[in-house]
Amino acid sequence: MNMLQENNWLLSVGTFLPMVGVVLMMLMPKAQDQSVKLVALVTSIATLAVGIYTAFKFDFDQAEKMQFVANEKWISVIKSSYLIGIDGISLPLYLLSMVITLLVVIYSLDHVPSPGKPKAFFSLLLVLQTGMAGTFIAQDLILFFVFFELVLLPMFFMIGVWGGEQRQYASIKFFLYTMFGSALMLVAFLALFFKTGAESFSIPYLVENGGSIGKNLQVWIFAGMFVGFAVKVPMFPFHTWLPDAHTQAPTQGSVILAAVLLKLGTYGFVRIALPILPSAARQWAPYIGGLAVIGIIYGALGCLAQTDMKRLIAFSSVAHMGFVMLGISTLTSFGINAAMFGMVAHGLITGMLFFVAGSVKERYHTLEISKLGGMLTQMPHLGWIFGFCTMASLGLPGLAGFWGEFPAILSAYNPGAGLNETVFRVFMVIAALGTVLAAAYLLWLYQRIAFGTPKNSEHDSHSTHDELHDVTTYEWLAWTPLLIGILVLGIVPNLLFSVFDPAVQVTLSAFGG
Amino acid sequence: MQNLSVLAAQWVAPSVDYHGLAPELVVAGGLCLVLILDLFIDDRKKWLLSVISSFTLLAAMIPVLTLALSDVQVRSMFDGRYVVDNFSLVMKGVFLLSGYVVVLLSSSHVEEGEYWRGEYWFLLLSSLLGMLMMTSSRDLVSIFVALEFLSIPAYMLAAWRKRDTKSNEAGVKYFMLGVFASAVMLYGMSLLYGVTNSTLLVDVASQVTGTGEFSAVHALAVVFVVVGFAFKVSAVPFHTWAPDTYEGAPAPVTAFLSVASKAAGFVALVVLIYTAFPLAHDIWQPFFWGLSALTMTVGNVLALKQHNIVRMIAYSSISQGGFVLMPLAVAGMSGSANSALRSVVLYMIIYAATNLGVFAVILAVSRKTRSGEISSFGGLFSYAPALGVLMTLFMASLAGIPPLGGWIAKFVAFQSLLSSQSSWAYGLALIGAVNSVIAFGYYGNVMREIWMRPVPDGDITQIKIPGSLTLALGITSVATLVFGIFPAIGLHFADLAEIAGALSR
Repeated sequence: MNMLQENNWLLSVGTFLPMVGVVLMMLMPKAQDQSVKLVALVTSIATLAVGIYTAFKFDFDQAEKMQFVANEKWISVIKSSYLIGIDGISLPLYLLSMVITLLVVIYSLDHVPSPGKPKAFFSLLLVLQTGMAGTFIAQDLILFFVFFELVLLPMFFMIGVWGGEQRQYASIKFFLYTMFGSALMLVAFLALFFKTGAESFSIPYLVENGGSIGKNLQVWIFAGMFVGFAVKVPMFPFHTWLPDAHTQAPTQGSVILAAVLLKLGTYGFVRIALPILPSAARQWAPYIGGLAVIGIIYGALGCLAQTDMKRLIAFSSVAHMGFVMLGISTLTSFGINAAMFGMVAHGLITGMLFFVAGSVKERYHTLEISKLGGMLTQMPHLGWIFGFCTMASLGLPGLAGFWGEFPAILSAYNPGAGLNETVFRVFMVIAALGTVLAAAYLLWLYQRIAFGTPKNSEHDSHSTHDELHDVTTYEWLAWTPLLIGILVLGIVPNLLFSVFDPAVQVTLSAFGG
Repeated sequence: MQNLSVLAAQWVAPSVDYHGLAPELVVAGGLCLVLILDLFIDDRKKWLLSVISSFTLLAAMIPVLTLALSDVQVRSMFDGRYVVDNFSLVMKGVFLLSGYVVVLLSSSHVEEGEYWRGEYWFLLLSSLLGMLMMTSSRDLVSIFVALEFLSIPAYMLAAWRKRDTKSNEAGVKYFMLGVFASAVMLYGMSLLYGVTNSTLLVDVASQVTGTGEFSAVHALAVVFVVVGFAFKVSAVPFHTWAPDTYEGAPAPVTAFLSVASKAAGFVALVVLIYTAFPLAHDIWQPFFWGLSALTMTVGNVLALKQHNIVRMIAYSSISQGGFVLMPLAVAGMSGSANSALRSVVLYMIIYAATNLGVFAVILAVSRKTRSGEISSFGGLFSYAPALGVLMTLFMASLAGIPPLGGWIAKFVAFQSLLSSQSSWAYGLALIGAVNSVIAFGYYGNVMREIWMRPVPDGDITQIKIPGSLTLALGITSVATLVFGIFPAIGLHFADLAEIAGALSR
């Protein structure tokens, strides 16, 4: 595999810069909340600046190649090295994590959730950022595993400390589920390592040599990885931690969880499981596709049954990630491109929806759909933003959501070589039905919340008109980039597709084209 | 008379390599000094004894370092019965440094409680001396002497709170089961001597082989010796003394038992299976497989139910012992022997750092709460954020979450296990993987108390941490972080640890 090594310090700086901010905050006296916020803001801006500079230096004509590759000794005894690099698949996700973190920091300047403790809160946010960015650049399985796990503890605390009433239950459930997945994943990584001659954990090396493993064994190793990644995505039937985690997490936690953390799982499939174990992937593809469409329908039906707005959005994530997984399971460049686009689009849209849900909760003190209504008359801006996001989420052409969903469905019509066409065409039909359901639950949600007359005054005597203020400055600052992103990617999807495609082609070369 | 003088003439004094024995000699000198000074100095000046003890241990590190840097790789004394090789040097370093941290943990505790201070330091140093000897013993007799040398002071230390019935119970239980284990082991050793006609481990190895005249007596002897040390490392089902002893003993002593004493047991186990029974792996491999699976599972499940923090740590340390044993289940296979040894040593190094850190936090917090309940950690983060964060780090490290030390220890154990590529190994690895998830149940519970629960009674008076505890916290937390982020450092030492005379395969 060709690698470009110029400017290879960029990725390390971009990944570990947030840790500098964490150390600075640790050194600060407890009382200085304002300077803590300032440090967090400056750090995340600087991180994004490094990220944008990276994108600027990125050679888009060679997006299929690993760039900014650094290869340093790390744990030579166990043949793992600090091998990092970025290609067309990683770059957008790497940047997405930075953008989301910055926006969440901006939002949090004004909204540190109860019980406060901004120093700890912002520190955890920045640690999360390092873990997320690191996962997208790691080109060594052990390094990948370390970063993949690094996000667990901060998220555990974010849900458990700053979350809702059931936060302790939700946080431990989240943790145990993911840890179970990653324990099996680690065993699979080790098996892979030994079966390829115990030479190296580097992903490029394993991609070259993984195919030589016997098919039966590949299927087992893939199973271990599958559990690890599928829990994170989450795929049906490993999804049950997600609604709890999302519902209980603070707004910021939900946004990061939806926008970036779920992508670690799908990214793992595309980066690791598929290219390293191609014949196992082919064997597994129908099952993955089947679980994906079950997820789509199940998630949509789940949405229809929810009475809590945040829980509904959480279930919609299950459905949307189902589309992403369906795209991946076709093993075609069309499908995987769609899946990659779906990841970014879902990150922007669902992240935005959770922001809105957070603001609704803050203003109405409830997320019970039956107690909400008439948002458009009380807070027109918020209502319109919410409407925009629901439209994007249901896949309205012209907005980003469409380009993840529609091609994914289409790709199932013509699955990759060696896959049963009939089965996938059935999947396609079911998935298409899923979009109808998506339109149903999202429009119904919007109708109940935004239209009609306000009812909160009857139910909630605490809220006064002062609290029902429209979108604030901080919210505008945090949200505008997302809204613009949704619109721009919807109109010019090629911005992303052209970056993904070359790298996706390389990924698929293991499948013989 | 005539005969006797002939015999006397034949006596040749063994040549003693004083450089090789220097670490032991320094500690022996230090403990004599402590004992004598205790008689003569005033009660108010007895804090000097802890200072002397800690400097003794640090001073003993100097010859360990010079030995490590010297050109002579292996120093064999007394016909190969006492060997200073890289393995023993690495483990001596671990014992001396963990002993130093235990002294730091003890000093304020001992000063404030009603203790017999001079004797406390004397016994602690004696026990450490026994451990140092254990690392170099390559003979059944010297192993036994070292074992008793390290155990008997530990029995007394466990019962140190004389007026506390729990502490008495701890001491008695530890003593009874310890003596029982010694008896079983001695029986095994006598069988070994009977069938091999030697007590020297390398001679034993040539007799106890998997081929030829391998009889039931051999098997019984190997199993009995291993069981004796299984008690020492509190492997299930020989673990029953551990929770009560850990709970009743004074906290610094518990820290010492759970780290150093346990490591000494593993040292003896490893030395025995690598130098005395390398060819009897058909016996001990399945034995370790079962021991490891049982130990990690039972330890974990019982830890889940504990309300007392020290009892929970006791069960957690049992379960961690299962992970140390894990690679030994394949240590007899060609290609896995070296990595299994590396894994055991690395695990002991990292576990020592992390678990001592846990006890440092427990000691600091109990200074305020005067309670051993896990719930006494409630809201710790809100009034003592530094302690809260440190405890979180230590718990995460024990749970094996990257990038803290514990993960690389666990990872290397899994790697070594799977390097054998046998289906038995994969089975054990799956059990280990599930267990590492279960373990988070109780480690996470402590984190939950610290971060998410209210402070019990709303008492948020600040915790005053004495300087020695702060130092101990600093050392252990830095070690836990550094071993995790730069695993090459820990692995470097673990890789050095080669047992001289181990049959190469």
